[in-house]
Amino acid sequence: MDYSPSETSTAQLRYTGVGVSPGRVIAPLIPMAPPVAAPPEGEPLEGDPESAVERLSQAAASVKTELQQRAERARSDAAAEVLKATALMAGDKALIKNAAKLVRNQSLSPERALWDAASGYADQMRAMGGYMAERAADIEDVRARIVAELRGMPAPGVPQRTEPFVLAAEDLAPADTAVLDPETVVALVTSSGGPQSHTAILARNLGLPAVVAATGVTDIEPGTPVFVDGSAGSIVSHPGTEHEQAVAAWHRVSEQLASFDGHGALADGTDVPLLANVGTADDARAAAAAGAQGVGLLRTEFCFLGRDAEPTVQEQTEAYVEIFRAFGSAKIVVRTLDAGADKPLPFLTDTTEPNPALGVRGYRTDWTTPGVLERQLQAIAAAAQQTEATVWVMAPMISTAGESAHFAQLVHAAGLEVSGVMVETPAAAITAEQILDRVDFVSLGTNDLTQYTMAADRMLGSLAELNSPWQPAVLRMIERTAAGARAASSESGVHKNVGVCGEAAADPALAVVLVGLGVDTLSMSPRSLAAVAAVLARVDLDRARVVAHTALHAASAREARDAVRAQLPVLEELGL
Amino acid sequence: MAERTATVASRVGLHARPAAIFAEAAGEYENLEITIRSEGEDVEDGMDAASVLSLMSLGASHGDKVILAADGDGADEALDHLVSIIETDHDAE
Repeated sequence: MDYSPSETSTAQLRYTGVGVSPGRVIAPLIPMAPPVAAPPEGEPLEGDPESAVERLSQAAASVKTELQQRAERARSDAAAEVLKATALMAGDKALIKNAAKLVRNQSLSPERALWDAASGYADQMRAMGGYMAERAADIEDVRARIVAELRGMPAPGVPQRTEPFVLAAEDLAPADTAVLDPETVVALVTSSGGPQSHTAILARNLGLPAVVAATGVTDIEPGTPVFVDGSAGSIVSHPGTEHEQAVAAWHRVSEQLASFDGHGALADGTDVPLLANVGTADDARAAAAAGAQGVGLLRTEFCFLGRDAEPTVQEQTEAYVEIFRAFGSAKIVVRTLDAGADKPLPFLTDTTEPNPALGVRGYRTDWTTPGVLERQLQAIAAAAQQTEATVWVMAPMISTAGESAHFAQLVHAAGLEVSGVMVETPAAAITAEQILDRVDFVSLGTNDLTQYTMAADRMLGSLAELNSPWQPAVLRMIERTAAGARAASSESGVHKNVGVCGEAAADPALAVVLVGLGVDTLSMSPRSLAAVAAVLARVDLDRARVVAHTALHAASAREARDAVRAQLPVLEELGL
Repeated sequence: MAERTATVASRVGLHARPAAIFAEAAGEYENLEITIRSEGEDVEDGMDAASVLSLMSLGASHGDKVILAADGDGADEALDHLVSIIETDHDAE
């Protein structure tokens, strides 16, 4: 049989990765535009310098307009602010003037002239260090955009389109995800990245189906229609009728899963409060509207990120008050500042650490920059007083019972009652009993707990399989933590709550395992509440314990997941 | 040539949002060439005040003094207005 090019290009191909956010869609696949290569050094001008300068000004102006329009459509004020600032750089008079000078006086091509002029500014900023050095990247982004425009190439980064599409990328950076428009991007597929990558977290927050670590997806011809199944972790090019039916079936199921009645419980009536992970006041209001029974993880970094000085106590208090108010008298678990590693802050963390994941991060920044934590606790206490909220406070990145005791002291000194810590290190998991002799609750941050237990970098796609909360070793850590909490509770006569606020809680199958291991409360992105609630409502505590036992004895993450899913037919029934 | 000295009031210095606000305001005076330089520099070293990149490369921090200069009709009014922008703490707004 002859293969003509058109025949091979419509062949149905299947790609398999790790499904990280449920949902099924069919749409054309569009890859992230590749980075713009530098024009050759000294690239000569062809033709008339004045028309080259004119092209240059026009390219800069249209990049400026495009960025301004995107700023208007941006999802958050922070993203809009960044886009507006970059738009201003694209239209900068001095930049164009310098580039025009290079075209006229040194007969450089407009591409190279602009490249050199922008690099001059970027180098200057980088030499200044700190905050200014970070702005150098913005200038380089503008530089790439104008050069792409001059070449008639797509702008680098997330493609801007008006029709729905599946975005394919190697992996997404936080900066890409900030400008992603969920109106047009209907699914995310990456060739790299693990289940806890930024791509996975973003997809769950936006409720977009996503598959990560799917080798080959970035080589699919742009515009090819693809079917994405975010539960099964598969991508099929040139889908057929059976795929269209699968999409239609998902629509029916997702309608059933669209709402949560605000009461998480097992089939036998055992309460399993379902809370939300939130990072901003908007998140908090959306979570309350989605029925969340409180906040299981309030990330306070939003007050601090993008700033080069510490916000005042009053500024922080106002921000916390706004969030607390969204939930009335419900429980709000506030995590104190978790800077470092992938969330550097210029006034708090040292970006030159050789191994930031094992460096001064989370609670440890209190050792190098004392005072910030105490002022944050003051602000949280003030906000708690001004509202009805039941406020619990916990510290991230704790390794010893001694650290926990010190944190509890700070919390009480600030006038707050309930203190706890995150269990993110194996050290904290295996000393949970001693920790809980000193604090009132723990919350398992399964993303970091997985990375530290398995010694596998969260960001590495090649380690996706190791970096799964389904790893039996991680489940053992959780079991050990829950056992420590039971021992500390019976000793003190006060129940010590064990929560999970990592991505693990958002996986309905894993949620059953967690409850079976002895976890009391689950906190997740609000989008996942309904699906988790629907599955828990169909399982009783004895069943959850049996399922958890199966998972603990598996030989790998995949085996644990498959064995658990086989025992929970409700998942298949609900299309999860 | 009209000149004014102004003290940077924003805590982050004359970059980020304060620089953007200032550059936009300076750009409104299309008929005037307004320059900005650090205290102690020659007027020839003055950079385009309407360029956010120039402002950022100036590296003026909170409390630093900068000199604004302009020539032509309305230069005095323009400079007075721009001084008031530099001397406002835009972070506190």
